[in-house]
Amino acid sequence: MADIILKIAGALIFLSITCGIIRLVIGRTIVDRIVAIDMLTVVSISLIALYAHLSGRFVYVDVALVYGLLSFLAVLAIARYLERRS
Amino acid sequence: MMELVGSIIILAGAFFLFSAGLGLLRMPDAFTRIQAGTKASTLGNILVLVGLGFYHPDWSLKLLIVAYFVLMTNPLSSHALSRAAHRIGIPMAASTFTDALRDAENEQKGKGAQ
Amino acid sequence: MLELLVILVCAGILVSGVLAVWLSNLLAAMISAGLASLFAAVSYVLLAAPDVAMAEAAIGSGLATLIFLYTMRKTNGGKEP
Repeated sequence: MADIILKIAGALIFLSITCGIIRLVIGRTIVDRIVAIDMLTVVSISLIALYAHLSGRFVYVDVALVYGLLSFLAVLAIARYLERRS
Repeated sequence: MMELVGSIIILAGAFFLFSAGLGLLRMPDAFTRIQAGTKASTLGNILVLVGLGFYHPDWSLKLLIVAYFVLMTNPLSSHALSRAAHRIGIPMAASTFTDALRDAENEQKGKGAQ
Repeated sequence: MLELLVILVCAGILVSGVLAVWLSNLLAAMISAGLASLFAAVSYVLLAAPDVAMAEAAIGSGLATLIFLYTMRKTNGGKEP
């Protein structure tokens, strides 16, 4: 029962990644693309944590931690660059 | 029993992540996409981490640290991004008729002129 | 199940890499290059190499984007002065 629910959750996360990639491809303005990469980062953190449970290794949570620490720096720097350029 | 509760919480989190992706795809302009993408994905990520904490209680400290970082940094980046988008003049949807930041800036400019 | 996940993530690497070459806006191309690095890190995790994935996440997605931004600020956004 629990395994089937976890597989459905993985499929939903992959649908979400697909939606983000479609928005990145067709995005009209630059802000749409930045929002897409911001959302994809958070979804990838969830995917890595879920895969850490599925494979049973504790080390993979460290990768999610490094990701959560470093990804927001890029978005913040891009936002400051856009604001200063105007 | 704990496994079932944890998997149902993970499913709720995955549903919120999916709704974030759907909102990113379907919303009409950039500001509503920022709203839909960041808030729903923050909640979905925290629910997935809480569900994993039900599975493995000995991992819960590090999962709590990850959830804390996401909860602190994601609204910060989305706020900076929407402020920059307003500053460089990204067009809004036709159904938007309130712009509080523009009104505040106009009021401040009027005060500076006097 | 695992093979399907790896194939989907590698399709993400391919799409974002092609997009980084194809886009004409420099800032959007830089964002796409960062996304290719993000999916590469996820695929390293799926292929059981967490230390490589950590280095890729720190360098490719964080540091390279900041260095590209610094360069674009120094060179006036790619436009002729």
